[in-house]
Amino acid sequence: MSRAALLVLADGRFPAGGHAHSGGAEAAVRAGRVTDAPSLEEFCRGRLHTAGLVAAALAAAAVLGADPGELDAAADARTPSPALRAAGRRLGRQLLRAARATWPSAELDAVARRFPKGTHQPVVLGLAARAAGLAPEDAAHCAVYESVSGPATATVRLLSLDPFDAAGVLARLAPELDRVADCAVEAARRAADEGADALPAASAPLLEVGAEWHAGWPVRLFAS
Amino acid sequence: MHLGHTHPAPAALSADARRPDGARRALRIGLGGPVGSGKTATVAALCRALRDALSLAVVTNDIYTREDAEFLLREAVLPPERITAVETGACPHTAIRDDISANLEAVEDLEDAVGPLDLILVESGGDNLTATFSKGLVDAQIFVIDVAGGDDIPRKGGPGVTTADLLVVNKTDLAPHVGSDLARMAADAKAQRGELPVVFQSLRGESGVADVAAWVRERLAAWTA
Repeated sequence: MSRAALLVLADGRFPAGGHAHSGGAEAAVRAGRVTDAPSLEEFCRGRLHTAGLVAAALAAAAVLGADPGELDAAADARTPSPALRAAGRRLGRQLLRAARATWPSAELDAVARRFPKGTHQPVVLGLAARAAGLAPEDAAHCAVYESVSGPATATVRLLSLDPFDAAGVLARLAPELDRVADCAVEAARRAADEGADALPAASAPLLEVGAEWHAGWPVRLFAS
Repeated sequence: MHLGHTHPAPAALSADARRPDGARRALRIGLGGPVGSGKTATVAALCRALRDALSLAVVTNDIYTREDAEFLLREAVLPPERITAVETGACPHTAIRDDISANLEAVEDLEDAVGPLDLILVESGGDNLTATFSKGLVDAQIFVIDVAGGDDIPRKGGPGVTTADLLVVNKTDLAPHVGSDLARMAADAKAQRGELPVVFQSLRGESGVADVAAWVRERLAAWTA
């Protein structure tokens, strides 16, 4: 495997559509729950241990060769908000396009045929990591990092937050990212024997509620 | 490549000229330019001028609303299923240049839903003078500026003014009211663009969008040749 391939996949500029999504930050900012760097850190911590953990476990399971259809259903079952399910599929479809162009593989082409309108983003993330020759740990790290870096960069735009403060938030969360990624990989390895029910199902109700509220706004900066 | 019916190729990646079923896809033309220069009005006029002869669709990239798509719907320039809005996350140039995946999906979904199409117009959100479209998204691009934005814009240049396949200087009817010198704008544009074409247009004038429509027809003829 190539360590640099992980940097390509994890790069915020990797053209997979993420720039148009706030990871729930736009709704949290409007609701007054994220107002500055400390509240952004708390928001990111909550997202990391819920949506981030679930995404990382799905991604790691995909690297380990779990059936994408089973993982797609597992992701659906762990995402109560229809708006978030739609956003996850849209981002998955966009990532799949980028991954097929970047790391051409028969497996990715087969997934594109099977899910023409996209499967959930973390599942595709794992398949992309697999195509890039990366390990489950790499995909899990990528997923947990995305779960906090998206809201952090969105908050810089939404609140005109000092970008150095946002980078500091991410750096302080780094040891926790490692721990959550390790838990996710452990669960994914268990799921390889026991099936997708062994994957974590942590959920953040305010993220789900906020996503539904946000989807109804006529004017917004981000798609989710 | 095998293109039989039992094993269709997976979805297209970017600017592939053929669709998964082997058919040639629609020509894609991007329209970019600063806020308020008349991109949406030009798109609406183009739809009215071309819709009887061509199968058309439009993708809009609004910055934080659906206003451009809603304007086109309200004006009924095309049936609603032929107009799609893409959300750009506060970064209109990213969605047309650096990360084109959402726009590629929009054009492909339009062809799937209402195709076959001859032409898809992709309108950028209003942006600055550096915004250009990726070649992975469009086959040709039109940059729209207007005389009221300052007659020094062609002289300032920048990627949009300098490299667009067609430069449109819009709202020429306003030139006397805002003190813009059209001859100077034409000379500056010529200096920046060499042989690349420039159209001076007033959508309120008699010829309206005719010159731009003629240019689009030429591009389409070349695409289908």
